[in-house]
Amino acid sequence: MPNVYHIVVCGSIVPDPLQTLEPVESPAGPSLKNEMMLPAVLDPWASHALYEAAELVKKCPGSKVWLVSVAPKAKLQQVMMNIAQKVPFELVAVEGASSGFMEAAGTANALATAIDGIADLDKSRLLLFGGWESASRGAGAVMQMLGEKLHVTEQFQGVDVLEVGDDDQFLIKERIEGGSYQVNETSGCPVLLGWATGNLPEPKNNPQVGMLNMRTVMPALQRATKADITTGDVDYKSVSLPKQKRETRVEKNMSADAIADEIVTWLNE
Amino acid sequence: MSEKILCLITANTEGSLDKATLECLGLASKLKSDGSAELVVGCIGKEPAEGISNCGADKYLVVSGEAFEASRYSTDIVAAQALLESAGSTVVIAPSSSRIQRFISGLAARANGAVDTHVTGIDTEDGRLTATRWFYRQRIESKISRKEVRPWIMSVESGCAAAIELGDSVSWEAISDLEIATNTTVKTIEATSGGDQTIRPDSDLLFVAGAGWTKKQADNSVKADKAAALILDFINRRKASLGSSKSMVDLGSEGQAVLPFLTHLHQIGQTGATPRHLKGLATCCHGEEPHAVGWRFIKERRAINMDANCGWAHGKADVLYVADAFEVMEKVNEKL
Repeated sequence: MPNVYHIVVCGSIVPDPLQTLEPVESPAGPSLKNEMMLPAVLDPWASHALYEAAELVKKCPGSKVWLVSVAPKAKLQQVMMNIAQKVPFELVAVEGASSGFMEAAGTANALATAIDGIADLDKSRLLLFGGWESASRGAGAVMQMLGEKLHVTEQFQGVDVLEVGDDDQFLIKERIEGGSYQVNETSGCPVLLGWATGNLPEPKNNPQVGMLNMRTVMPALQRATKADITTGDVDYKSVSLPKQKRETRVEKNMSADAIADEIVTWLNE
Repeated sequence: MSEKILCLITANTEGSLDKATLECLGLASKLKSDGSAELVVGCIGKEPAEGISNCGADKYLVVSGEAFEASRYSTDIVAAQALLESAGSTVVIAPSSSRIQRFISGLAARANGAVDTHVTGIDTEDGRLTATRWFYRQRIESKISRKEVRPWIMSVESGCAAAIELGDSVSWEAISDLEIATNTTVKTIEATSGGDQTIRPDSDLLFVAGAGWTKKQADNSVKADKAAALILDFINRRKASLGSSKSMVDLGSEGQAVLPFLTHLHQIGQTGATPRHLKGLATCCHGEEPHAVGWRFIKERRAINMDANCGWAHGKADVLYVADAFEVMEKVNEKL
């Protein structure tokens, strides 16, 4: 008899990685130039967490995935048009800033409140998923703080592998230094996993899944509660783009032998 | 500066300290000499065998014992909390190791403090601490301070401070009788590249293999096997650390021809690692921005690519060789 899990995936939106980012000052603290106009995607590591959650549901029938996201509602709606076609989930939306300059603790508080408010969530069956870091703040802070608020003390970060055995036995591989994995065994729920890339490809868009999800996505967006996410007590002394731009020497006509000589000399310097 | 600093470190099962830990102790020592009120070193795992008297700390605390030797959240956070409470510090600095990173933000939540991770510098300005860190995956740099919330907890990247010289052994004060509850057992450490170590964080050279290695070559054939042999030969001869672009590692999960030793752990860039090596050599990789942000801390950069107009040509590399990487790397291997 497969185990049944309630999987909550936390993930926000970030600017599309191909966009040029420029910091500007705003009354609420630093932000990105034309932030609301930048195309957005679901945070890459959170996306992996979502795909892994959906795969686990296939293996454990009766399980369910919630995607809890703190983001500006209009941008989240745009991102959902794409993500909703990937895998089945139920959206829990919270309207709030998703900027990388906002304080992690505020986001963790908003997520904890939203998760506490999920009516049919059984926390004794909870698997709390998210990215081990985000492509915005990039701190790896929110999930740990959220775990503390929800009293989840079996936490794992940089996860690439989760194998579920009988009786809630989990084998979890975490990334550590030197390209190695720390292999852990843990038992019982709740468990928190901050996913790295996992091992699944991005699912192809499935319009049927999209239509099914959108029936709950739009009401979830309408119901979204507001969270006051701020920069907290951070005093930003400076926020700038790195100035480093190199004068690239482009060599088009060197022979392979001459290039190799130059590279070996450089390597030996 | 009236901050009381706790330098939080971990020791491995042999009691030895790694480079990043010695650098963090060096940074803590500097902050003390800049005028911090007190410096306490707190160690989790095992009493270090190495003498660290040169950091000049006022006190050395340790949480040790079998339960604390394993690197896991549920026990490490109990140890860290006990060290913090015992030291009564207002600022915590720690190296950005995978072990520390796993619990340090949870520690901030327990201590009602604030946390900044992956910090690349800590300094004192007008009597206040400032920290430098990056946002949006190394695309925006910022210098910050914290006005009120304490403890201010920071993890510091390797390579940002001078390591202390090892000195005399110090007297460690043990904190014991901590209550722990864990369901987790650490089973083993597993290599990911079929036994060959290809990720070497301490190497001076990063070698990046891009997706071009497994594309059709000039003779219209795919030469993945030859590419794998050339790359591994180079990596092993030069003791370089191997990295890859996202598109390269994604090929594997899409069922296309791949280099068998590449995993997602090799991925450099926006959704991968941001390693710190003195030099970097990119091959068959276009140097697009999402990949190039992972090169932020690589000082000297060269690239080999058939496209003279690729991303590397636009100020991202010092030298771009427009050439066939198969031919060049074969020659390089011969000459090494």
